[in-house]
Amino acid sequence: MSLATLGKNRTRPASRSPGAIALIVIAWAVFAVILVLPLYIVVTQGLSRGLAFFWEAIREPDAISALKLTLLATAISVPLNLVFGVAAAWAVTKFEFRGKSILVTLIDMPFSVSPVVAGLIYVLLFGAQSKLAPYLQEQNLQIIYAVPGIVLATLFVTFPFVARELIPLMEEQGTTEEEAARLLGANGWQMFWHVTLPNVKWALVYGVVLCTARAMGEFGAVSVVSGHIRGYTNTLPLHIEILYNEYNIVAAFSVAILLLLMALIVLLLRQWSEARLSRQLKANQDI
Amino acid sequence: MSRRTASVIPGFGLTLGYTLTYLALVVLIPLGAMFLFSFQLTLEQWWNLISNRQVLFSLKLSFGTALAAALLNGILGTVIAWVLVRYSFPGRRIIDAMVDMPFALPTAVAGIALTALYAPNGLIGSLFPFKIAYTPLGITLALVFVTLPFVVRTLQPVLADFPKEVEEAAACLGAKPLQVFWHVLLPSLLPAWITGFALAFARGVGEYGSVVFIAGNIPMKTEILPLLIVSKLDQYDYPGATAIGVLMLVVSFILLLLINMLQRRIQPPI
Repeated sequence: MSLATLGKNRTRPASRSPGAIALIVIAWAVFAVILVLPLYIVVTQGLSRGLAFFWEAIREPDAISALKLTLLATAISVPLNLVFGVAAAWAVTKFEFRGKSILVTLIDMPFSVSPVVAGLIYVLLFGAQSKLAPYLQEQNLQIIYAVPGIVLATLFVTFPFVARELIPLMEEQGTTEEEAARLLGANGWQMFWHVTLPNVKWALVYGVVLCTARAMGEFGAVSVVSGHIRGYTNTLPLHIEILYNEYNIVAAFSVAILLLLMALIVLLLRQWSEARLSRQLKANQDI
Repeated sequence: MSRRTASVIPGFGLTLGYTLTYLALVVLIPLGAMFLFSFQLTLEQWWNLISNRQVLFSLKLSFGTALAAALLNGILGTVIAWVLVRYSFPGRRIIDAMVDMPFALPTAVAGIALTALYAPNGLIGSLFPFKIAYTPLGITLALVFVTLPFVVRTLQPVLADFPKEVEEAAACLGAKPLQVFWHVLLPSLLPAWITGFALAFARGVGEYGSVVFIAGNIPMKTEILPLLIVSKLDQYDYPGATAIGVLMLVVSFILLLLINMLQRRIQPPI
């Protein structure tokens, strides 16, 4: 699923047997009904009371504060997970050590954990019933039902994204170029900036894009730790939920349009970084 | 820690140390805290907490709908991957790009959109004489949306790399197209297919955002497992929530191990 495997060339004959046409029609139908119709609903519902209403819905103070919190959680968790992803990919792909496959499995853990369980573990660790609670109270530190809890939950669910994009690619690239750089006298940082980073930059971009998208869109984990305090611990997805549950459905879809736009940007960036990566891989092959 | 060669590449201690520390802080310690908390329960208490009717019902519902959605996507996803790799047709590129939409779209947005679509007065819901939203069928359809990319994206690269010569050889030896598919392609696609299926299933069991809206959350009817955790937490029933959380974590860990084993079979170590 990584860029490294998708960037390869494929050959596609334009065969037109009846079976092929039937399969193509099925693919089109699945695409239209399963993938496109929900998006159409978001846009039409969100704009069903006109642009003025849409504009009002995304500019009301609760929506703005939800947007701010979403951006804050994203701005903290993406750089942290970026640094981690690069460090983890470096350790895993450039060196051999025992327990490597266990480490890779553990890095993947947050992907297979239900978002609700991800929220639950932080509630158990920092919540009112935990062993840490008296200490946290003494320090006047509120983590659960407050902003730090939301940041932690976001950090957890976006944990593997960058590492997962980098590991397969760096595995494939091996260590020869870095070794050559070292033998030619580069120091560690020079080797990293001038050899490794240019080789992985498009996968890195895509990992960051995915990480950002998930950080902005996370619902389950954040919902468990947030406590849904309006104007204080609501992120954009939680704001949508509240509006929806108050039967303020058009406003909910109006805010949803913002997140839909974000998703479309993510897909565009994916196409772009994939094209760049495959061009780079082809150029490397030609050398 | 045995390294293959005395490496000239620096940073092993630094990056591995940082990786392990950060992993421990963000993932391992919080997960460990849940297990620690669950150890306060005896095995019998734990069993009692998860064997009541409501939990067992949610367990069946979550696993049943996730299984149905993964199976459906196993078929639809195979068709889409096949078509995208093997044929060129109008709209191929846009379908290829849009397959990832469910990964990019926040689950809450997917949830309210699917509910509006499948509700009794919705665009699709009104076409059917029976209810879709607020039933297990609605939950399954939401999961189909969310997990569609898994099978497509695991099959696509394997299918693209499959040497055409093998199929041609089978055809030259007199195999019909379906025979080629069953006897030549399917066996080599199977590990990737099962991986995609398992990923979709694991995601489906734990999925929350896209399901809560369309489920309607009627106890003993459409209450999924993650929702049960949330409602137990709302009632400050920490042991009850933890018991279900540990169960879900164990299941997802087993699935993860299975997936990793299979992935090693797709890409044999060189």
